[in-house]
Order: sequence, then C-alpha cells, then structure tokens
Amino acid sequence: MARIIVVTSGKGGVGKTTTSAAIAMGLAKKGHKTAVIDFDVGLRNLDLIMGCERRVVYDFVNVINGEATLNQALIRDKNCNQLYILPASQTRDKDALSQEGVGKILEELKKDFKYIVCDSPAGIEKGAHLAMYFADDAFIVTNPEVSSVRDSDRMLGILSSKSRRAEQNEEPIKEYLLLSRYSPGRVKLGEMLSLEDVQDILSLHLLGVIPESKSVLNASNSGMPVILDEKSDAGQAYADIVDRYLGEERPHRFIDEDKGFFRKLFGGK
Amino acid sequence: MSTNSKKTPNTSLALEFKSSNFSVPVLALSSNDLITIEQQLKEKASLAPEFFKNLPVVIDLQNSNKLNYDIDITLLIVVIKKSGLLPIGIRGGNAQQNKQALDLLIPIYSANNGLTHEEPQKQPTPTPEIITRDTSTMLITQPIRSGQRIYATGDLIITAQVSSGAEIMAEGNIHVYNTLRGRASAGIQGNKDARIFCFDLQAELISVAGNYKVSEDIDASVRNKPVQIYLQNQALIIQDILQHH
Repeated sequence: MARIIVVTSGKGGVGKTTTSAAIAMGLAKKGHKTAVIDFDVGLRNLDLIMGCERRVVYDFVNVINGEATLNQALIRDKNCNQLYILPASQTRDKDALSQEGVGKILEELKKDFKYIVCDSPAGIEKGAHLAMYFADDAFIVTNPEVSSVRDSDRMLGILSSKSRRAEQNEEPIKEYLLLSRYSPGRVKLGEMLSLEDVQDILSLHLLGVIPESKSVLNASNSGMPVILDEKSDAGQAYADIVDRYLGEERPHRFIDEDKGFFRKLFGGK
Repeated sequence: MSTNSKKTPNTSLALEFKSSNFSVPVLALSSNDLITIEQQLKEKASLAPEFFKNLPVVIDLQNSNKLNYDIDITLLIVVIKKSGLLPIGIRGGNAQQNKQALDLLIPIYSANNGLTHEEPQKQPTPTPEIITRDTSTMLITQPIRSGQRIYATGDLIITAQVSSGAEIMAEGNIHVYNTLRGRASAGIQGNKDARIFCFDLQAELISVAGNYKVSEDIDASVRNKPVQIYLQNQALIIQDILQHH
C-alpha cells in the first residue's frame, strides 16, 4: 500500500525542500519507487535541489488542468531510477491547485509508487493545506527556535483537524519530528532551544536530529540531495531518518556537543 | 399470644408516613366574578382537554383578597369542579374562606410555602422549557495545538497539553491534567463559580466569567505549578493546590 508523506513546518526556511529531496532520495535508494511533488506553486525550488531544473517540460498544474499526462510531467532522477519528481509551476499561483485535482493525481500515483513525498510550501494557506490534506504520514521539520516550534505546533493542529483522515474520522496522520539545523554548541550557550525544550512543547515521535551543516548548502547549490553526500553529518542524519522511518533501529546522533565537536575536528566522519 | 394480635402480626407495620414533593398547578384568581371565571376556565380547558381533566389544583386567593374581591369558596369549588379540575387546597384565604374550605374537606396551605405564583394563562404549558444545551463534560485526550479552539458547553477536561496559541473555553469548569500554555476561559457565559484547574500553569491568559489575567500578571510563585483559579469578590485567585493542603 502506497503511503503519502507530507514534509511540512508552517514556517519558511527551516529545510522542508532539503528534507523532501533527501527523504525521497533515501527511500528510492532503498529500492522503493518514490515520487516527490513540489506543492510550492509559484515559488518552486525542489527542481533546483534535485538538479533537474533544466529538464522541466510540464508541471503539476499542467497535469491538474489536463494539459499533460502524469507520465509526461514526471521527471526521472539522474542518480536513482526509482525516483521521480513532479515539479511545481513557476508561472502560476496556489489557486491553480484544486483539492479534487490533487486528489486525482495522488490516487493515480498511488497505483504505481510506494512512497509519495509532498513538499509543502510555507504557511498554512491553500498550498500547504493541499500538500497535507491527503497525507498518511507527516514529517514536521522544525528549527530549534521558538517561532519555528510554534508554527510547527500550529501545523500539527491543522493536521489533526483539517486533513482528509481527520475529516473522515480515520486513523489520524502519523506525525514525526525532524529537528533540523541543530547545533549542540549553540544550545549549550543558550542561543538555541535544546531537543528537550522542543519536545516539551511538541511531544512528538522524534525521527531524527539534522545538524547545522555546510554540506546542506553545498548540496543545494550543486543540485544533489544532501543524503547522497554520505560523508557529511547531515547526509548521515537523513540516512538514519530514512532507516528509522522504515522501521530499523538507529541510535540518535548529533544531539550531544562532544560528538559534534570531534566530528568537526576529524573532517565530518 | 393475645387475641388482638391475630389479624396483624406484630412484625410488620400496617402503615408508614413518608415525605414526598409534588408539583401542583396553582390557580390564582384576580376576580370574584364566578361567571367570568367559569367561562375562562372552559376556554383554557378546551385548549388541552386531556391535560385539564382531573387536574389537581391549589386555589390561590392572595391577589383577589388584596383587591377586596371576596370570593365565596363553596360556590367557587362548584365552578372549578364543573370545569373538570380537582381542587386539593386553597391558600391566601381569609378566615371565612378557610372555614368554608375545611367544611368541604379541602386543606389549607400556607401562603408562603414557596410555590411560585402562576398566572392562570400559563396553565396550558406547565411543562418546563426543554433544555437543549448539552451540559455534559467534554473530554479531550489529544494535545490542543496552537491555533486550535475548543468550546465546551459544560465542563472541559483535557488530559494532554494545551499549546501556546491555543484557546480553550468552557461554560463550566476547566481541568487540564497537563501543561496549560494557551488561553483558558472558564464560566464563559458568566458562571462566576466556575474554576480552572491545571497541572502546570504556563498560560498566556486565564479567565473566569470574564475576569482575566494575562501571563505578565501571573505571579512567578504560582507558575509552573499545579493550581486552581477561581473568582473571589471579583478578583481572580490563583492558588497552588499542593501548598494549600
């Protein structure tokens, strides 16, 4: 049975698209046929992070409007043949998406794919609403600072009341916390909330902590999902997250300062 | 064994006095014109014949005596019985009226027995207004997230946390058996006896019957503690539950 994962946060700039790209790549590399959809119509970025921006012909809105078939719009990833990208339209806005149209596309994808990763835009408006509406699982990406935590909390409220599963009284969406841009050193200095502080407010199942890392920026700029950078701490963090999501036991890393400090000293292994 | 105990074994009582309350309509009179009374009673009875048939009533004479309408009880009882009602007592009568009633074996009730003074016109609808509001307790076990609003028409019990930016409201009491970080308003329809109980007070705002305190006004001595919040002389009292005992 296919599962729809929404990567969401409420707040912008916390790492939703980075996470969507990494998770989708991770799942695909594990042999699961995966599609990743950019719901940020008008501000598309996923194609850049995935490095397929020069191969976009048709997009999400074209498929909704019946101007292209799903197969025409899906872009196969260069690095992994189990991964497909459905880019957003840059020339339209969120109103081009309709619940019915999104539902139809997701139903069609579910026949062929094991995992469908929905990269949500920031905010709680139409685009974010449609990205999460049909989800089975939600990855809440949160930065260790108060406004991001509050926005995540808000998004959790929306997931539990406005999603399809909530409206139809089905089993609720499974919610997972991904704490990104974490820097144990800055936590110690009191410049950042600790994992404990965040969990005190959100009390969610922790899927993983992603450390603040230069490798994320490098990956974005080169159009390679950071999970492919197996030497980097962030890449390893995402690999752990994918494993945990698939039910494997992985001890949590990147939470304590000492390990992070030594990792820096010895070149990120 | 004596002979007089043969019929009734002395182990069981033949009777017992018990106290019980009944709701009985009161027929308040403001006229001594028996013809008019008879006519109006007939009109009322025709509206709900089933209801008026053999309906026990207490006759209230306070108003008519105040207006110096001296009603002849013997004749009045005849008129009332004719309309199908069963008079079972009078109240507010003068000495003459009370004697007349007792002669007819009709009991006398005190005028100040707490029974409400009812207008005769109200008798066709003696059933109380049907209460449609659900005042039962609302129980929530899921976290209340930022931006969510909960409204309970009775009491509200939440076993999970209430996030900052969430709003919980109840017409009755609020219990939060977890951390309360959002806004909580009890007695929102004006019930001043409503209280808020929470396991860990970190609220943005608390209010009972419209009397509120924002986070800034909440004393540090009661923060992060299990407290109860209630109104006393228009003042919102926050009390550490554990310290109190």
